Amino acid sequence: MYALREAIAAFRRAPVLTGLSAAMVGLALFVVGLFSLATYNLQLALSLIEERVEVVVYLRDDTRQSEIDQLLTELSALDEVGQVRYLSKRDALERAQTELPEFGELFLDSEVNPLPQSLEVELRPGDRNPEVVERISDAAERYPFVEDALYGEEWVDRLFTLRRVGAASTAVLGAAFALVAALIIGTALRITIFARKDEIYVMRLVGAKNGFIRRPFLLEGALAGIAGGILASLMTYATYHGVHTYLFDISWVPNLWVFIGLAIGGCFGTASSAVAIRKHLREI
Amino acid sequence: MIKLTHVSKEYPKRGFAVRDVSFHLKKSEFAFLTGHSGSGKSTMLRLIHMTDRPTDGAVRVTGFSSARITERDLWKVRRRVGMVFQDFRLLPGRTALQNVAFVLEVTGTPTKAVQSRAQRLLAQVGLAPKASALVNELSGGEQQRVAIARALANDPFVLLADEPTGNLDERATRGIMELFKDINAKGMAVLMATHDLELIRRHPTARVFELDQGELVYDSETSTKPQPSSVPQSEPTRGD
Repeated sequence: MYALREAIAAFRRAPVLTGLSAAMVGLALFVVGLFSLATYNLQLALSLIEERVEVVVYLRDDTRQSEIDQLLTELSALDEVGQVRYLSKRDALERAQTELPEFGELFLDSEVNPLPQSLEVELRPGDRNPEVVERISDAAERYPFVEDALYGEEWVDRLFTLRRVGAASTAVLGAAFALVAALIIGTALRITIFARKDEIYVMRLVGAKNGFIRRPFLLEGALAGIAGGILASLMTYATYHGVHTYLFDISWVPNLWVFIGLAIGGCFGTASSAVAIRKHLREI
Repeated sequence: MIKLTHVSKEYPKRGFAVRDVSFHLKKSEFAFLTGHSGSGKSTMLRLIHMTDRPTDGAVRVTGFSSARITERDLWKVRRRVGMVFQDFRLLPGRTALQNVAFVLEVTGTPTKAVQSRAQRLLAQVGLAPKASALVNELSGGEQQRVAIARALANDPFVLLADEPTGNLDERATRGIMELFKDINAKGMAVLMATHDLELIRRHPTARVFELDQGELVYDSETSTKPQPSSVPQSEPTRGD
């Protein structure tokens, strides 16, 4: 109770200083927020591309229906496979005419349908990676009536390389931004602790327990962190809104991310405060 | 009560601030700790308050020994030992009442009792009418009274005073000394560091310790020789 009262009183006693420290926390977390927004949209874009990862099993023209049904059933039974669609020669031709209108006349003029029948194997999310597509492709190719099984090996490899680079840079840059944010928050809180060094001195002088001395500062750190987190969320949302309205279409991060951001802000504030007060208590 | 056994304090760059000091301050005793500037008076008080630890020997304060007490338990000693300073060390921008109440709050006095107890402490030092005045608006003597009220908040058994009259005029000094005597009369020991020999002479019943370059050169209770800094005592001194 005392800790909460003192933490709030500290905000009231030095509104400029605490406001500034919350603003510094806010700016530090804003950078993290912008990074999160960019990362989220990049992930979203990669996921959309990833959804197109599938294996197309081309079948010989003389394949019997029973063989097609057997392959379809066996592929559907695999854990990684979400759905298997059969595409007859006619379906393939119709799709080609729709999707490739520039070749429309070529298809119409031809007396024989040159396109093969196929099975389109759609994978479950999480299994759309080079290892799985290769395994399914190899499994399909073992059937004698399968002409070929393709999955765009080159671009799938590139996509996953891009995804891995994205994940690594997200981790490295995210950690770097978080570290910078923690340092800034620590500095901001150290200033507020320094401003209250007389109080800490008196508390030590008269026999306040160390835990008791720390508590209001930890709470103040947590409040500054959360206040900074809210500020950072508002600034990030304003940036998102500006980009979304005037530049290009992007998505807002899931609300869970915002709550996690606020929680991280609070944790950063508390941890930075703990380090700063620990150092200060040792010095007095 | 307070027992120092062969206590030394050596700082890495400064050398010895206190060297092989032993004495025993009894319950309800009033004692002066005197000596020139740099003789180790303040260090001695800090050792008793356990703000500093001796490099050799042991300080014993009501059952707590500097040799054994952990950092975590230091608060127990600090609540039993009140301390005041020449520069008061009050919290500026707060009233006299808030300064005293602050100590009560941070040492766990129930919230309901804080205000009334702080008022009583200020009344004890004769400052009840100035309770709501900001400390920086008070005179030096009044600020020192607030500091004393604050030091008494935990009902300590001893009051350590580091040159408490150093910044005060003659009248305020007399007032503070009267206050110390009142406090002492109620059973609290007082150990006051001062280099003001005139002040010491005005309190002939008090015990006197004298430090010189960190060594205890005189204890009025045990020494048979005259106090070194007051020799020659027969010659007129300043103010006489």
